[in-house]
Amino acid sequence: MSPNGNLIRELVEKYGRSRTSLMPILQGVVERQSFLADYDLTDIAKELDLSAAQVYGTATFYSFLDTVPRGKYVIRVCKTITCDMHGKKLILQALENMLKIKSGETTQNKKFTLLETNCLGWCHKSPAMLINDQPYTELTPEKVHDIIAEYMNKS
Amino acid sequence: MANKLTLQIDGIDVTVPEDTTILAAARKANIHIPSLCYHEDLCVAGNCRVCVVEVSGSKTLVASCAMPASEGMQVFTNTGKVRLARKHIVELLLSEHNADCTKCYKNGNCELQFLASEMLTGDHLFLDLVPGKKYTIDRFNSAIIKDDSRCIRCQRCVRTCEELQSVSALDVAYKGDKMKISTFFENPLFEVVCTNCGQCVNRCPTGALIEKNYVDPVWEAIYDKTKHVVVQTAPAVRIALGEALGLPPGKIVTGKMVAALKRLGFDSVLDTDFTADLTIIEEGHELLSRLKRVLVDKDTTVALPMTTSCSPGWIKFIEHTFPELLPNLSSCKSPQQMFGALTKTYYAQKRGVDPKNIISVSVMPCTAKKFEADRPEMRSSGYKDVDYVLTTRELAIMIKQAGLDFQSLPNESFDSIMGSSTGAAVIFGTTGGVMEAALRTAYEIVTGREVPFEKLNITPVRGTEGEVREATIKIEKTKPEWKFLEGVELKCVVANGLAHAKRVMQNVKDGTANYHFIEIMACPGGCLGGGGQPIPTNPEIRAKRKSAIYEEDMGMPIRKSHENPEVAEIYKDFLGEPLGHKSHELLHTHYTPRKRY
Amino acid sequence: MAELVQRVDLIFGEYSDEKYKVLEESLKRSNEDIIKDILDSGLRGRGGAGFPTAIKWKYTAEQPVKEKYVVCNADEGEPGTFKDREILSRVPRKVFSGMAICAKVIGAKKGFMYLRGEYRFMLPDLLKELDEFHAYAKKLKLDFTIEIRMGSGAYICGEESALFESMEGKRGEPRNKPPYPTVAGYLSKPTVINNVETFVNVVMICRIGPVQYRKLGTHDSRGSKVFSVSGDTPKPGIYELELGMPLIRFVEEFGDGDTKAVQVGGASGFCVPMKKFKDTIIGFEGVPTGGSMMIFNSSRSMYNVLHNYLDFFEEESCGQCTPCRVGCQQLKKGIQAVKRGDKPVVYLDQLMKLSETMKITAKCGLGQSVANSFSSIVNNFKEEMIY
Repeated sequence: MSPNGNLIRELVEKYGRSRTSLMPILQGVVERQSFLADYDLTDIAKELDLSAAQVYGTATFYSFLDTVPRGKYVIRVCKTITCDMHGKKLILQALENMLKIKSGETTQNKKFTLLETNCLGWCHKSPAMLINDQPYTELTPEKVHDIIAEYMNKS
Repeated sequence: MANKLTLQIDGIDVTVPEDTTILAAARKANIHIPSLCYHEDLCVAGNCRVCVVEVSGSKTLVASCAMPASEGMQVFTNTGKVRLARKHIVELLLSEHNADCTKCYKNGNCELQFLASEMLTGDHLFLDLVPGKKYTIDRFNSAIIKDDSRCIRCQRCVRTCEELQSVSALDVAYKGDKMKISTFFENPLFEVVCTNCGQCVNRCPTGALIEKNYVDPVWEAIYDKTKHVVVQTAPAVRIALGEALGLPPGKIVTGKMVAALKRLGFDSVLDTDFTADLTIIEEGHELLSRLKRVLVDKDTTVALPMTTSCSPGWIKFIEHTFPELLPNLSSCKSPQQMFGALTKTYYAQKRGVDPKNIISVSVMPCTAKKFEADRPEMRSSGYKDVDYVLTTRELAIMIKQAGLDFQSLPNESFDSIMGSSTGAAVIFGTTGGVMEAALRTAYEIVTGREVPFEKLNITPVRGTEGEVREATIKIEKTKPEWKFLEGVELKCVVANGLAHAKRVMQNVKDGTANYHFIEIMACPGGCLGGGGQPIPTNPEIRAKRKSAIYEEDMGMPIRKSHENPEVAEIYKDFLGEPLGHKSHELLHTHYTPRKRY
Repeated sequence: MAELVQRVDLIFGEYSDEKYKVLEESLKRSNEDIIKDILDSGLRGRGGAGFPTAIKWKYTAEQPVKEKYVVCNADEGEPGTFKDREILSRVPRKVFSGMAICAKVIGAKKGFMYLRGEYRFMLPDLLKELDEFHAYAKKLKLDFTIEIRMGSGAYICGEESALFESMEGKRGEPRNKPPYPTVAGYLSKPTVINNVETFVNVVMICRIGPVQYRKLGTHDSRGSKVFSVSGDTPKPGIYELELGMPLIRFVEEFGDGDTKAVQVGGASGFCVPMKKFKDTIIGFEGVPTGGSMMIFNSSRSMYNVLHNYLDFFEEESCGQCTPCRVGCQQLKKGIQAVKRGDKPVVYLDQLMKLSETMKITAKCGLGQSVANSFSSIVNNFKEEMIY
C-alpha cells in the first residue's frame, strides 16, 4: 500500500466516490503532506474510477495543489501589484536570505518551500504572504524575520 | 420531430431544426465557416474560437460551433470584424506552434496549414513564442508520436480519448501559458494506459499526434536484393486507401492496391483476409470447445463469454482495464500475427525461402498493430513475425513516392499462397463482421446447414456505430456430435469503440450479462474507422466505407471462411487440425495483465 | 474633514445583530413578493458583471426541475479586491440568510459556498457560524443546508461556469453559454449563483424595503457598494459607498494628493487617468466595478503596473481558448519587446488591435475583459510604455 493509502481511504469515506469529491480529497492530501505524489494521484484515481491523467490534469490546474515535493511549511508571497508596489521584493529577499533558498525552492530539511503567488486579497495590508493557510500582512523584513524564526523553532 | 426555426445567414434564410448550431446551419446553406476544435465525432468544445461569427445584437462575436441558432437570428460570417478576428486567432495559434511545415509529417494534410494559407498569414503579426517554450516530443512508442511543439490545444485528442474510448490516457494539464495536453505526470505514452488505437491521430488537426512511420525501412527492405519482402493487406485497407489517393470515400480499390504493391517491388503481395478466414476456423472451434467444456463437461475453469481478440487496441485496453477478464479473451492471435507467424514458417517452407531472409510487412488500418507486432510474444516463427506495420496512410505515401498514378492502375490479383480470401474475411473490417463470419462457419459446423439468413447476411449482428448490438441465434437440428447445443440460444453482442466495450465488459464483470460470444473492435465502426485510416474521418465517411465492405463481401465468390481452399490446404499440409498442436504454437497467444494506474 | 463621499452602513452596520430575523420574516412571504421587491430595488449583481439579480432568480425559479442549487461565489480573486473576505468575517449570517431566501424562492434544498483557497484560514469560523445557521434553519423548518467548498488557487474559478466545473471536481474551465446557470449550472441543474455581497444586498432589501434601498445610488446603479481601496492611499481598506459617484470625489477622499490613475475593477477592469477623473462615474453607467479601486500616484510606472497585470493573466488564464491563452502572452511579450526597442512603437497599435480581438472572441466574460487594462493603460500612458 502506498504511504497515504489510509488517509485517502478516510477522505474517500468522508466525501464519497463521485467526481464532485475530487477537489476535497486532493485538498485533504495536500493539507497533510503539502503536495501530491504520483502514488497519491493514482490511489485517488482508482478510488474515484477516473483515469490517472484526469486526476493529474485537474490537480495541475490549481496552483495550491502541487505535484512536486514541498516542505512542511509552504510560504507563498503575494506578487500582485499592490504588494509589488509596497515592497514585495524586499520581503522575498529577506525570506531567501533567512531560508538560504531561492524562490521556488525547498530547504534541505524539507521544512520550508518558498513560492510566489497571485493576489491573496490583502492589498490594503500589503505586502502579504501565506504560510500554509495562515496569512501574514503589512510585512517588513524585520517582521518576516520574527515570523520565520518562530516557525524555525516549531517542529 | 423537432420544431423548426429560421435564421438568416449572410442574408440567406436557412430553416433548421431547433438545437442546430450556427455552424451546422451554415454548412446546410453551403456557407463554410472555418473551424479547428470542432469535430463531428466529438462534443462541442468551443475553445479554438476560429469559427467566430457576428450575430446582430451581440457585442461580442460568438463561436458558431457552440451557439444554437434561434428564430430570426441574423448571422454574418464574413464581415471585416470577423475576418480580422479569425486571422488574429490563427496567427496566435501559429505563434505558439512549431510551424516548420516542411519538416512535418502532416505537411499538406494539416488543418492549421490549410487555414493559414486561406487567411494569407505570413506577415508575422505577432512574436514567435516557440523559442520560450520547453516543448517535448514523445517518440518512445512503437505506434504514436506526440509532439507538443505542434499542438494547438484544441483538445480533440482529449475528447476522443475520453468520449469515444473511455481511456483518458491524455488530458489537459496545467493552466494559462503552461496549459498542455499531457499524460499522467507527463510520462511517455508507452508507460501509460494508451491503447495505441490512434483515434487521436485521426482527429489531430496538426502534426502533434502522428503515427510512427516505417516507410523508409520498408523501402530499404525492398531495395535489398537479399531479402524476400512479403506484404499482407488488411480487409479495411482496400475500402479506404482510395481516399488518400484522390478518390471519394467508399470506393473499393482492391485490385489497384494489389497492382500498386506489386509495382512498389514487394516480392509477394498477399492477403490478411486469408488469416482472417483462418482466425474464424480457430476461433469458431475455440468457441465451440469452450461451450462444450462448460455445457457438457461442466468445467468451471473455462471462461465464458468468449471475446474476440483481433483488435490490438482492444487487447491492450482489456489488459489494463479488466485484467481479471483476460481468460475470456479468445487465445487466437489477430489475423496480422497469424499471417506473420505463417509467413516465416509455412510460406517459407512452401516457397523454399530461408525465413531469416524474409521481411514481413503488413498494411493495416491501424496504429495499434504496430505495437502488437512489437510484442515479445509475437515471435513464434523464431523471428519477429511481422517486421514492419504500415498504416493505410503510409501505403498511400509510398504509392505517391513511387510516382504511381493510382487511379489508372489496372486491377490485379493477390499472389498465392496465402492470397485467397472470402467474403467472411472481408467483413472483418467492420463492426459485427467477425461475429457474422464466425457464425456463418460455426453454425454450419454444428448443424451442417448454412445460417438461416437470406444471402448469408446475418443482419442482426451487423453492428452500428455508437451502439452495442445484441442478438440471439437459436441453434436447431444439430449434427449428432453437437447435440448438446440443440436448442441453445447463442447470445452474441457486438461493440465498437472502447467506451462501448467498457460498458459491455463491466456488465460481464458484474455478472449482469449472460452472453456467449462478444465481438469487440476498439475503433468507431470497427477497423474501417481504425487509427491508421485516411484522415479526415467522420460518421458519413465511415458509413460509406462500411457499405463498400458489405458490397465487397457480396461480390466474393466464396463467402464462408471454411470454404477458403487455401485454408483447407494449410490444415491438410501443415497445421493438421484446428486447435491442434501446430495451431497452438503458431496461431494462439497469451495476454499480459497491465496496470490501470 | 468634510465628508466628500457619501458613506453608507448597510452591509456591515444596520441590523447586523438581528441574527436570522430577516430570514424568518422572509420565509413567511410569497416568492413573488420577494422577487418583486428585488426587482423594484434595481439590484444588480455585485461580482462585477451586474446582471439583474431578480431576473436570475425568477428564471431559475421557473425551471420545472426538482433539483436546484444556490451557490455563493466567494472565490474573490480579482487583484485589488478583498471585500468578500471582510463581509464573510463580519456578517456571515447575512450571507447565509440571503442564500436561504434564494433557496426558498427558487426551490432549492442545497446551497454551496465556493471559498477561495487563499481564505482557508476563515474556514473554522465560518463552519461554526454555519452550524448555528443550520440549527436556525431547522427551527424555522427550512429544508436547506449549505456546504462550503474550497478553491485551490485558480483565479478563473471566479467565473461562474468555471466555478461549477471546479465544484464538479474538474479543471476550472469556463463552459459555453448558453446554457446559462439558470438552466444548467452545478451538475447541469438550474442554479442561482451570486456574489457574496449580492446575497447581503438581498437581505437588506428584504429588511428595509425596495423604496428605501432605491434612495441609494443612481438610476442605473442602485444601492451601495463595498469598495476595496488599495494602492497609493493614506487609508487603504474597506468602504461602503453609494454607487454612481464621480471618480474625482473618490480620489479627493482616498488619494494621496498625487494620484495619476485609478484602476477601477481590478486587473480586468479599466485604468482611468487623472484627466478623466471628473467625467468618470463609478457604476454601471460609467466604469463598473466589483469593488476594486487601486490608486497609483505619479511615482509609479504604468508599464510596471500593466506588466504585473499581464503576468497575472498569463498565469491565471484557464488556457483553453486561443485569444486569452495566447493573447495574454503576446501582450506581455509585446510590451517587453517595445520597451526593449526590439519592436517599433507602432507595434503597440498591432497589440491594440489584438486586444480588441481578445475582447470580442474570448470564450468567457473574464477572458473578454483581460485586455481591458491593456487597452486603457496603453491608450492613456503610451509614453510610459516606450521610454
